[in-house]
This record gives sequence, C-alpha cells and structure tokens, in this order.
Amino acid sequence: MSNLSKVTVLPHSVSSSNLRFYGLWTATAIALLALPYVFSSGGSLTTLSLIGISIIFSLSYNILLGQTGMLSFGHAVYYGLGGFAAIHGMNLIARSKLPVSLPLVPLIGGISGLVFAATLGWVPTRRSGTAFAMISLGVAELIASSSLILRSFFGGEAGISANRTKLMRVFEWNFGPQIQIYYLVAVWTLLAVIAMYALTRTPFGRMCNAVRDNPERVQFVGYDPHVIRFLAFCFAGFFAGIAGALAAINFEIANAAYLGAAQSGVVLFATYIGGAGFFIGPIIGAIFVTYLSLALSDLTAVWQLYFGLFFIAIVMFAPGGIAGLLMKHLPLVRAGTLVTVLRAYLVALVPTLTMIAGFILAIEIVVQHTVNADEYPHTKAFGVHFNTANPLIWLLAAALVIGGFVIARCTWKWVGKAWDEALIAAREKGFHA
Amino acid sequence: VLELIVISTLNGVLYGMLLFLMASGLTVIFSMLGVLNFAHASFYMLGAFFGFQISRWFGFWPALLVAPLLAGLIGAAVERYGLRHVHKNGHVAELLFTFGLAFVIEEAVQIIWGKSPVDYRVPRLLDFPAFTIFSTNYPAFKIFMLLVSVAIFLALLIALKMTRVGLIVQAALTHPRMVGHLGHNVDRIFMMVFGIGTALAAVAGVIAGPALQTQSNMAELLGPILFVVVVIGGLGSLPGAFIASLLIGLVQTFAVSMNGSLASIFGPLGPGNKQPLLVDIWNVTIAQIAPIIPYLLMVVILLFRPKGLLGTRES
Repeated sequence: MSNLSKVTVLPHSVSSSNLRFYGLWTATAIALLALPYVFSSGGSLTTLSLIGISIIFSLSYNILLGQTGMLSFGHAVYYGLGGFAAIHGMNLIARSKLPVSLPLVPLIGGISGLVFAATLGWVPTRRSGTAFAMISLGVAELIASSSLILRSFFGGEAGISANRTKLMRVFEWNFGPQIQIYYLVAVWTLLAVIAMYALTRTPFGRMCNAVRDNPERVQFVGYDPHVIRFLAFCFAGFFAGIAGALAAINFEIANAAYLGAAQSGVVLFATYIGGAGFFIGPIIGAIFVTYLSLALSDLTAVWQLYFGLFFIAIVMFAPGGIAGLLMKHLPLVRAGTLVTVLRAYLVALVPTLTMIAGFILAIEIVVQHTVNADEYPHTKAFGVHFNTANPLIWLLAAALVIGGFVIARCTWKWVGKAWDEALIAAREKGFHA
Repeated sequence: VLELIVISTLNGVLYGMLLFLMASGLTVIFSMLGVLNFAHASFYMLGAFFGFQISRWFGFWPALLVAPLLAGLIGAAVERYGLRHVHKNGHVAELLFTFGLAFVIEEAVQIIWGKSPVDYRVPRLLDFPAFTIFSTNYPAFKIFMLLVSVAIFLALLIALKMTRVGLIVQAALTHPRMVGHLGHNVDRIFMMVFGIGTALAAVAGVIAGPALQTQSNMAELLGPILFVVVVIGGLGSLPGAFIASLLIGLVQTFAVSMNGSLASIFGPLGPGNKQPLLVDIWNVTIAQIAPIIPYLLMVVILLFRPKGLLGTRES
C-alpha cells in the first residue's frame, strides 16, 4: 500500500528535489573554492580552517545530541584522541617514509576516534538522559586525567608536535602554506558534512530519532536502544576523530587541552547555540561561535563571561537555537505575514539593546574595579572609552538596565501579540509550522 | 604504617563527609526537580569565596553563618527566575542551564577574586594541633570540619525522618507527582529545596576553604567527582550517596598517601619491556593515579550494577 503510493506520487518530485539537492551541494563546493579569493589574508584563512574543523566537530556532536538525544559532556575525548593519533601517525609516516600523503591523515584520526568510541562507549550508552550525561563526564575526566600520566603517548603538559610538510607530496603540494591547509580542511568538511547528512537519511538515522523520541517503543519494534545508542556513539566518535586530526594538522601539535572539559564545553555550546534540532543548526553554531570567540576576545577581556551569559539566554529564550528561531518564522514568510512581526521586533529591539548595553557597562565597570584596580580609571571596552571613577557612569548603567528592562517587558508582550496574530493569519492561509 | 592508616582514615572520613554535604543536596534536588544541578560545585566555590570575603570583614564565625545564607538565597533565586522558566523545555534544557550557570559563576569569580588562590586562613581560635598521634600533629580545624559536617548530617537525618517537611521531601523522592496532587505548594518546596541544597554546598565551601585551596578552579576540580559520587551511589538515593561519599573519600585519601608502583612491587621481576607506554604504566605511583581512581571505580561499578549501588531509577 505505502509502496504503491510512493511509486505513483514520487517520479515528478524526485527529479526536482534531486536537482535542488545536488545543486545545493555543488553551490557549497563552489563557495568553499571561492572563499579564499574573498578573504585572502593569512588570519582569515586560519579562521576559515578553524570554522571548517568546528563544523565537522559540532555536526559529529549533533549525531548524539540532536539525532539520538544523548547529552554528552565528554565528546572532546574522541576529538583529542583523533588529534593525538594523527600527530603520532604523521611522525611515524615521516620517520619510516611510508607512501602516505597528508590528505589521508584525517582518516587515521577518524579510525582511532572510532576505535576509542567503540571501547569507551559501551558502558555509558547503556543509560540515557541525565545518567548518560554524568557517566560521559566521568569517562571524559578519566581520559583527561590519564593523559597527564601517560607521558610518552600524550607528551605531558607540553603535548607532542609533528611536521606536516615532511610527508609524501601530492601535486607538488607540501601543505606548508595556510591556503593549502584551508583546501584540505574544506574538502574534508564537505565530505564529512555530506556523509553525516546521508547518515540521517538512512534507516539507522531514523532509528536514532526513534530512540531519542521513544526508546520504549523502539524495543517493541524489536530493536535494542542500547545498541543504537552505541552505534550512534561510534559514528560520532569517528567524525570527531576526523575533526581532531584536522585540528592537529592545522596547529602541528596536540596537547591535553584537546581532550579536556573546556573543549567538550565549546562543542556543546556551538551545537546548542546553532540549534540541535536541525541538521543545519550545528553548522550555523560552529561558524557563529568560532567567529564570536575570535572577535570578542579582541574587544573585551571578559569575553567568556558574555559567552556564558549568551548561552544561558539561548537556553532560556530560544531552546531551538538560532536555527530553531529562524525556522519558526518560515510559515510567516511563506504566508507573507512577517512584516507586522518584524515591525514589532524593531520596536522591542530598542529597549532590549538598551538593557543589554546597561548590563555590559555594569560588567565592564566591575571588571575595571577588580581586575585592573590600580591602573588608570579610564577603560576601553568594545572600542568605547569611559572613565569608571565617575559616579555618574554607575547611575547611567543602573538607569539603562532598569529602564530598558521595564520598557522591554511591555514591548515583548506586544511582540507576542503580533506574533500570535501573524501565526493565525498564516494558518488561515494554510501554512503550518 | 599504623600511623598512616589512622591519619588517612581520619582524613578520608572527613573528605567523605564533605562530599556528602554536597552530594546530599544534589541528590535531593535531583530527586525532586528531576534536574542534576551541574552548578552545585559552583555553589560550594561561592561559599568558600563568600566565606573568605566575610571572614576578612567580620571574622570567621559570622562568615560561617552568612556565607551559606547568601549562597542559598542566590540558589533560590536561580531556581525561581531561571530553572522554573526553563522547566517547560525539558530536562536537557535544565541541565544545560545549570551547565551555563557553572561556566558563568566561574568566570564571575575569576573577575572578582582573580585566578590565583586567595589567602583564606584558618581562624585563630582553631589554629592549634588538636592531638598528636605518632609524632603527627592533627590540626584542630580538621576536627572542627568533621564535627560540623557530622552535625549537619545528623540534623538532616532528624529533619528528614522526624519533621513534616522532611516527610514531604521523602515522599517527593519516590513519588514527586503524588506530592503535588496532595495539594502541597510544589513550586515553593522546589525553591526551598534548591536553596537549602545550595546552602549546604556553601557550608562545605566555607569550612573546606581554609583547609584546601580557595581558588577559582575549585568547582571545576570537585564537580566531576561529585557526579561520580551520585552516579556510584545510584541517582536519587540518599543512603547510596552517603556510602559512595565515604567510599570515594577513603579510597582517594589512601591512594594519595601511597607511593607504590607496579615497578616497586615487582621490582626486578618485571618484564624487561622497553616500550615507553608500558614503562609509563609500570612506573606510575598509586599517588599519581589517585585523581583517576574515582572514575575507574565508577566505570567498574557501572559494569556490574548499571543503576549504581543503591539506585532504583533508570534516569
């Protein structure tokens, strides 16, 4: 019955959606090819490489969080072990002059990530939910602490390094210049993204979603949720290992920070901020978080605090992440009722930004008074100079926060009303979320 | 050797009781709200830093009272204005909220008190050796820490077993929905439980601060161990948390004081392996692997008892 309906309905839509599908990937490939011509400086090439690595890493994390519903606090372990394996692999290849060139090295990282995920993943994946989260944290701490003990493999605090130019050359590329590394990362990113997208379309990918939504029913259908969680964990470990190897190639060093809790936290931030519910979410998150962490650290000394506060704000007000926020507006765009909501947003934005500015001002004043207390009372944050010794600036911060908060509350209620009306109008036209 | 055993047992019980001060709050919060408070160790750190600051201004004894109160108030506010709002988005969002909170608290502490350890001293009244065993002076402050944690443990026990509030909390451990159906103001109980739980963690911070190091990374160091305690004991089980706390406390303290390694045990009988990785494993001392023992213990226990020692819940 269902087969029949598929056959009768699909022929037309398959060819058109196929066209769109392959068109999208080709466009992405061309964009990746062209990016270095737009951003040609060395710094921006490094940033682009880091973003590519972060995209693979975040997408691999989303196999766990978004697809299978497993919140892991220790995903960096497989990233880091992949990185260490790549460094050791590069050294071994260079030493014994094996006929392996650099573009294949990420595969070493991927396979070692897979092997470690398979050995370390069996016990944690027995449980789901909060218990899995805690156990993954414990296992991660176990590996991170061991890395400081097993000095010959992990190199202690200094880490171990390798020279990426000593491997067999391909097309006369020695992978010394950053531009060559960028293309290496870009190719691997494209391959990994396509592979992970394909994974979500397989029956296994669908079973992962089923385990996320209702593990009990999965058991009734005849699958073991533990095995599916374990397999998802292995896939995630494999792609994390690739990302770690690329990072190791990029920096030519691997150290204990690669597999530490901070790295696990960053990938969690990127994935969740981007939006775990959509395939595109982690990609947005990886770009956003990598760029933000590089840009913010130039602007203010306490950027990590802002980063954490931003994450909390996302968890509280936009649990779907950036992608979820954008997708929510899709029915309104299609129905053409977005304009009224946008107008409401514009109005609400003014007091909200005022409040945020007040918060930032208050934080920067406190920072000035505690971190560099003995220095000159003039400070510069976000490119603005101000004198924190002046009591008026305290008043200004307080006024901005309180005034902004009161007005923002009213305007957001109004936004909510406009939103409801626009959504009802969209539904009447037949566009559902 | 006897000296080592006595001192290590004392220290181990002390460390275990401190762990239980925190793990008890964590367990009760988890049982009632269903959320594992990732920021629990951060409240321990807040307690230590508040304790340091207040004892600098007014002395240690006011700090012992005021710092936990302050941290508890912050905890209650976090529940009221943060967690309650996130609750509708599910447990993952709640856990992530507390994760972000832990991150923010650590950053804030770094901004206010800096990254290096602060000079949080033992109060002069307790700065003397309590007794001497086998030529080792045992500081009175450690005895005081032990007494405080035992007193709080007993008070908790009595409050849980004898009072009406304790009865409700106990009921909520196993049947959280039913308690709501019976007409108790669940929201307010949640807020109070969260506040008291975080205040208990802060007490641990105030009394542990002078003995251990009061530094902005103390939450990061202790947090994972705390979760290991809760997982080993079984999620949501208070007796389990108690046993696991003492177990981890004793095991870790004993491990730190031992210097043996595989090489020293087997001596010349060891295999003549020159593989560097094996040499590393061969030469590492028990004291060096002390930090990873809790995690190893967790993995081993989960292999044989997936629900933890006394756990009944799946997740």
